[in-house]
Amino acid sequence: MSVLKSAVGRKVIMAVTGFFMVFFVLMHLLGNSTIFIGPEWINSYAEHLHDLPVVVWPFRGFMFVMLCLHVFFGITLTLENWGANPGKYAVSKKLKTTFAGKTMIWTGLLLLAFILFHLLHFTLKVVPEVPQVLDELGRFDVYTMMVAGLLNRVVAGIYIAAMIVLFLHTSHGIQSIFQTIGLNNERTLPKYNLAAKFLSAVFLIGFSAIPVLIVTWIIS
Amino acid sequence: MSEHTAHETMTLKLIVWRQKGPDEPGRFETYLARDITEHHSFLEMLDVVNEDLIREGIEPIVFDHDCREGICGTCSQVINGLAHGGQTRTTVCQLHMRKFKDGDTIYIEPWRAKAFPILKDLMVDRSALDRIIQAGGYASVNTGAAPDGNAILISKEDADYAMDAAECIGCGACVAACPNGAAMLFTGAKVSQFASLPQGREEGRIRVTGMLQAMQECGFGNCTNHYECQAACPKGIDVKFIARLNREYLKTLFM
Ligand code: HEM
Ligand code: FES
Repeated sequence: MSVLKSAVGRKVIMAVTGFFMVFFVLMHLLGNSTIFIGPEWINSYAEHLHDLPVVVWPFRGFMFVMLCLHVFFGITLTLENWGANPGKYAVSKKLKTTFAGKTMIWTGLLLLAFILFHLLHFTLKVVPEVPQVLDELGRFDVYTMMVAGLLNRVVAGIYIAAMIVLFLHTSHGIQSIFQTIGLNNERTLPKYNLAAKFLSAVFLIGFSAIPVLIVTWIIS
Repeated sequence: MSEHTAHETMTLKLIVWRQKGPDEPGRFETYLARDITEHHSFLEMLDVVNEDLIREGIEPIVFDHDCREGICGTCSQVINGLAHGGQTRTTVCQLHMRKFKDGDTIYIEPWRAKAFPILKDLMVDRSALDRIIQAGGYASVNTGAAPDGNAILISKEDADYAMDAAECIGCGACVAACPNGAAMLFTGAKVSQFASLPQGREEGRIRVTGMLQAMQECGFGNCTNHYECQAACPKGIDVKFIARLNREYLKTLFM
């Protein structure tokens, strides 16, 4: 049976694609953090990144493939699982699973919606409208775009809500990676659980700090 | 009269899944369990109820059971939403009525999963687990003289690990408790048991691919690492054996 049909094979694809997306999210957070240092930093970071189209485009293509595979198998496996479990217990209690674990498909779909929104907002810069100006060094002014874009409280709220959703998805997902690829045992499981929650909290706090600080005029 | 001879009995309200046959619609029926003492096991309590039902001319509740000592894995009921009633490492037959109070209401349902069709009342068809075993859950031996017991040395560590996996009694509680109706804990335990022993390694590759394929063909779901199975398992089989199964599968791809 091919990997693309196997119960475990498809789960491994989800784990590997999920791993690369988590890695991407971490890199993205480090990149964003330059905003805390000042406008020059994030503008120069963005310019250097886009000066390297031979790196940026293959990388974007790679992330796109990762996302597509993850979403495709996420949806198809979930539908299969619903089919395998008619789940009609009149009384049903759970002993171990978490809210995050039970809602993976929903947090995943919300993340997909957020990713589309985020790309339209800051990558394609179509909706909602953002100022597109150059800074004094003639570079694209990412800083002004972000601050102006996130001053809108509704938009800032969407970003913060999305980060809560990401927290839920990765707090189950990151520990899940190790179990799915077979690198787990009774001693490591609680450690992976803790590490997953910790990293997810870093994502939540790190990313949410930007809209929070902008809305409260601490970054302006 | 001394209080030692006075038997306090309980009356409980049972809400039980009744289903005439595999293709019949099922429904809940309510019965009273009378004269139950704390010493009755859960199955003995059902025996008492069935005696009453027979006297009243009602068909007794069908449920699976065999050894009644927690080793055969035949008894299978979801009690108040938990497989085997939720007492740690305890099968239904070893669950005792002292865990309940007079006047309690108890929901009793069969294992529910697509791969376990209901045959009647609380009895389900678990032959899907047998089909997984038939697909590789064994080590082939040549006929002839019995091999020397000490010809292949096995470390204590490996033996203990294999024994932990071999504790699985195949009751199907893992499937019943899994939100995805998956049989990964069962399959993982069987694969790990063989994978950790030299006799099992020979057929390791065909075992893991065969058993996983059978698992899927039987209509079990896919694991999403909820770990409900371990919590429900009357033998406490560890989810590390699912990780081992995943590892053994990955080995077949790269080796
Ligand atoms: C930033 C984006 C995302 C990240 C970082 C991410 C990360 C992860 C990780 C690490 C896993 C665990 C893989 C495993 O089972 O071992 C996972 C599982 C999953 N993801 Fe995502 N994911 C993202 C987006 C999405 C999207 C857009 C969907 C939409 C369908 C989705 C649906 C799922 C589902 C259904 C699972 C399986 C649940 C489980 O196995 O417990 N994810 N994700
Ligand atoms: S009847 Fe054998 S384990 Fe319960």
